[in-house]
Order: sequence, then structure tokens, then C-alpha cells
Amino acid sequence: MPQSSDVLFKTLADPTRRAIFERLCRDGDQTVSALTAKAGVSQPAVSKHLRVLKEAGLVLDRHAGRQTHYSAQLKALTPLADWTHQMAGFWEGRLDGLENLLKRMDQ
Amino acid sequence: MTGKSPETLSVIVEREISYPPEKIWRALTQPHLIAEWLMQNDFKPEPGHQFNMSGDWGAVDCQVLEVEPNKVLAYTWAAFGLESVVTWTLTPTSGGTHLRMEQSGFAPGQQQFYQGAKASWPQFFDKMEQVLAGHV
Repeated sequence: MPQSSDVLFKTLADPTRRAIFERLCRDGDQTVSALTAKAGVSQPAVSKHLRVLKEAGLVLDRHAGRQTHYSAQLKALTPLADWTHQMAGFWEGRLDGLENLLKRMDQ
Repeated sequence: MTGKSPETLSVIVEREISYPPEKIWRALTQPHLIAEWLMQNDFKPEPGHQFNMSGDWGAVDCQVLEVEPNKVLAYTWAAFGLESVVTWTLTPTSGGTHLRMEQSGFAPGQQQFYQGAKASWPQFFDKMEQVLAGHV
């Protein structure tokens, strides 16, 4: 199972952080102050969440004058979209192992 | 094999196995047998029992939800920050057993297991699918 999914799940497990990311997905580029106005937490808290999202590759920042604009990186979500596909592969492999075990087991 | 509805993450794997349910049940519920095909574990077939599975790629936190010998076994499966439920269903057939494994996220009927923030996952995946469909 991929480590990239691990990071993404952990990063997006926080509801406030997830809400910020969803807002960027939905509404496009935003500044920290615009995001803070809707986030229900302080600007330093929003900045911290954005830093974590950036480290996970989920957002990019772009400096324009005094403002920093953040944008969602949708391609970073691909490992999550692949979750069902990956888990299906995992279980198919395990069930092969189960069938092998059954052959070796006593009745 | 995947996705029953947009708001549910679901994986279903089914096999026709030429052994009776009783034998498969042992492989699903005895720790030393589970270790041979799935992962190292401290499983006990008791509802409410919390256990761990560990593989070379990481660990899974689990709790037994349902035990109906030779028929149904269900446990939670928490890994990589995502909680899900793994349900094994064994149905006797003329040639052995129909074995069905379903791993699912947050279906409406399972809400009692997922309080608070965890309940927001389905909306998230729903939105994510919309986002991916529209933009990528």
C-alpha cells in the first residue's frame, strides 16, 4: 500500500484543514486573509494548515505583491481516488494466500 | 468490484472456494492461521475485542464488530488515517463456499461506528470525485 496515501489521509483527516482545501478546490485561488474570513479559526492557524497542505503537495503558494495566493493541486489527490483500486488488489492477493493456506490445512 | 455509490468507498472481492464454511472460518478467526495469509495479529473472535494487524508496510488498528460463526465476521480496519469496516460473509454452496469480502467506508447504515469528524469523510470523497471529474 502506498505511503503517498498515508500522508494524504493524515493531512486531510483534520476537518478544518480539509475545509480549507475544499474551499480552494471549489472557489479557486485564495489569499490567507480570504481563507481566514471563512475558516472560523485565526490567521496563524490557517497559515499553519496551509503549510501542512503545501508539504503534502496539496497546495501551491504564489506571491503577488504583499499577498500570497494559494491554489489547490488536484493531481495530488490521485492516490486517494485510487484507494478502492489499490485495496481490491491488496485483497485479491490476500485471498490467493488464503486459498493456498486452505489447501495446506487439515480438514 | 469497486464503488457502490459515490458517497461510499467500497471494495468487494468474492471467491468460490471448494472447502466448507467451517474450514474457511478457522482460517479467518484463528490468529496463527490469519498470520499465514493476512498479517500478524492478536485477533480474538469476540465482539468489542480490539486488535492490531501488522505487515511490513505498516499497522492496522481493528475492533471486532460482529461474529456469527461460519457465517459473518466483521471488524473495523483503520489504516492511513481512514477508517473502514471489513465484512466477511460465508455462504455454503453445493461445491463448498461462496466467500465475500467487503471493505467499506462510511455507508449511511454504519454511522453509529463513526461519530464526529469521521462522519465527514463521505462528503469529502463525494466532493473529491466531483472535483476530479470536473477538473482533472
